Amino acid sequence: MKSAWGGGFGAMLRRDLRLALRQGSDTATVLAFFVIVVSLFPFGVGAEPQTLSAIGAGILWVAALLAALLSLDRLFQADYDDGTIDYLLASPAAPSLIVLAKCAAHWLTTGLPLVILSPLLALLLNMPAAGFPALILGLAIGTPVLTLVGAIGAALVLGARRGGVLLSLLILPLYIPVLIFGVAAVEAAATGRGAAPHLLLLGALCLAALALAPFVAGAALRQAAE
Amino acid sequence: MNSADRLECRDLACLRGERLVFRKLALSLAGGAALRLVGPNGSGKSSLLRLLAGLGRPAAGTIAWNGADIDGDRDAHRARLLFLGHQDAVKPWLTVAENLEFWSALHGAPAERAVSALERVSLSAQRNLPARFLSQGQRRRLALARFAAIPARLWLLDEPTVGLDEASVSAVEALIAGHCAVGGLAVVSTHLALRLPGEQTLALDGAGAGACAA
Repeated sequence: MKSAWGGGFGAMLRRDLRLALRQGSDTATVLAFFVIVVSLFPFGVGAEPQTLSAIGAGILWVAALLAALLSLDRLFQADYDDGTIDYLLASPAAPSLIVLAKCAAHWLTTGLPLVILSPLLALLLNMPAAGFPALILGLAIGTPVLTLVGAIGAALVLGARRGGVLLSLLILPLYIPVLIFGVAAVEAAATGRGAAPHLLLLGALCLAALALAPFVAGAALRQAAE
Repeated sequence: MNSADRLECRDLACLRGERLVFRKLALSLAGGAALRLVGPNGSGKSSLLRLLAGLGRPAAGTIAWNGADIDGDRDAHRARLLFLGHQDAVKPWLTVAENLEFWSALHGAPAERAVSALERVSLSAQRNLPARFLSQGQRRRLALARFAAIPARLWLLDEPTVGLDEASVSAVEALIAGHCAVGGLAVVSTHLALRLPGEQTLALDGAGAGACAA
């Protein structure tokens, strides 16, 4: 009826970005977690440059996965707890657009900082220079998938006790394809075979998640509000 | 045009978990009138308001707007209603004005109405205050300010006066009266003797039935 279709997306995105900036803690927590997990590995597996360089991409990707998961259980929870979800679902904005806007804000405040920080940590892990573009590009394409697929889980566990643990069990298996292609891209680039096929597959995952996840998560939100 | 608006429910039943909250509920409300929902705790006032807001589906029966089932076009139904639940949905880290402006933008309402809306609920002085410094009654008034800021034909208010002082209760009555005067509809659940236009009452008895009286 009104222009609330596009307006709803913009309003939601602006509000979530503003809240994230005011609180600031989510981005800081995710980044600190990412750095700490990555820097644990040299202590665990030994600080030999060859070992670290061989498993560096895997470490970075697993750490990024876990860091994304850490912030995902808050994606809808705060809005659920204070009644905002009810008002959102009774507003003219489509649930899928609300989910999409919240995912965009979540990625901008957690996924993008991870992407920017990753080259520094890759240096720490002695990753071959040839792997850097594939790592950064792979994370840039892959982290939106983590957010979008995670949003489905976050919406499904609303109202459940210990939702955070349940979310991990639900979502981590679904992250496996992203992990496989993300790590394979870096390794292919480092050995000179070309990362393009893996990055294209990641891109396909990203587009599929972009097209489907908002609708599924939107339906799960409606379910949670009933 | 608006005075022709009509909200009708027929044979409505609502299940909450395994429990039947009410059944065979019928109501009919025309533009310009408000319906007061009364009944003991747990008699289904909130459940009925949520069904009317499209948050959940009735176990049986139909809800119709101007004769058309709202299930047929949920987007159109959401565009015409405004809902107030138990919770205020106020973000403590945003200022009073930012909280209201978010809802205005989400509904595609004109931004300048938000300014006068804060005046209507006497929150103008606090407009740049972070909402975490508001009292419970002030948070409720901020949630109510949405009703002055966003044009909608059907208002659904669940206990709008919880935590409000006498002056604010009068302001709520004035808001609803103003809404009905221009042909709007309002369904209000309350334990107070609110003065509402039209003075229709629907009593839910808690035993699964409802009776409508003018």
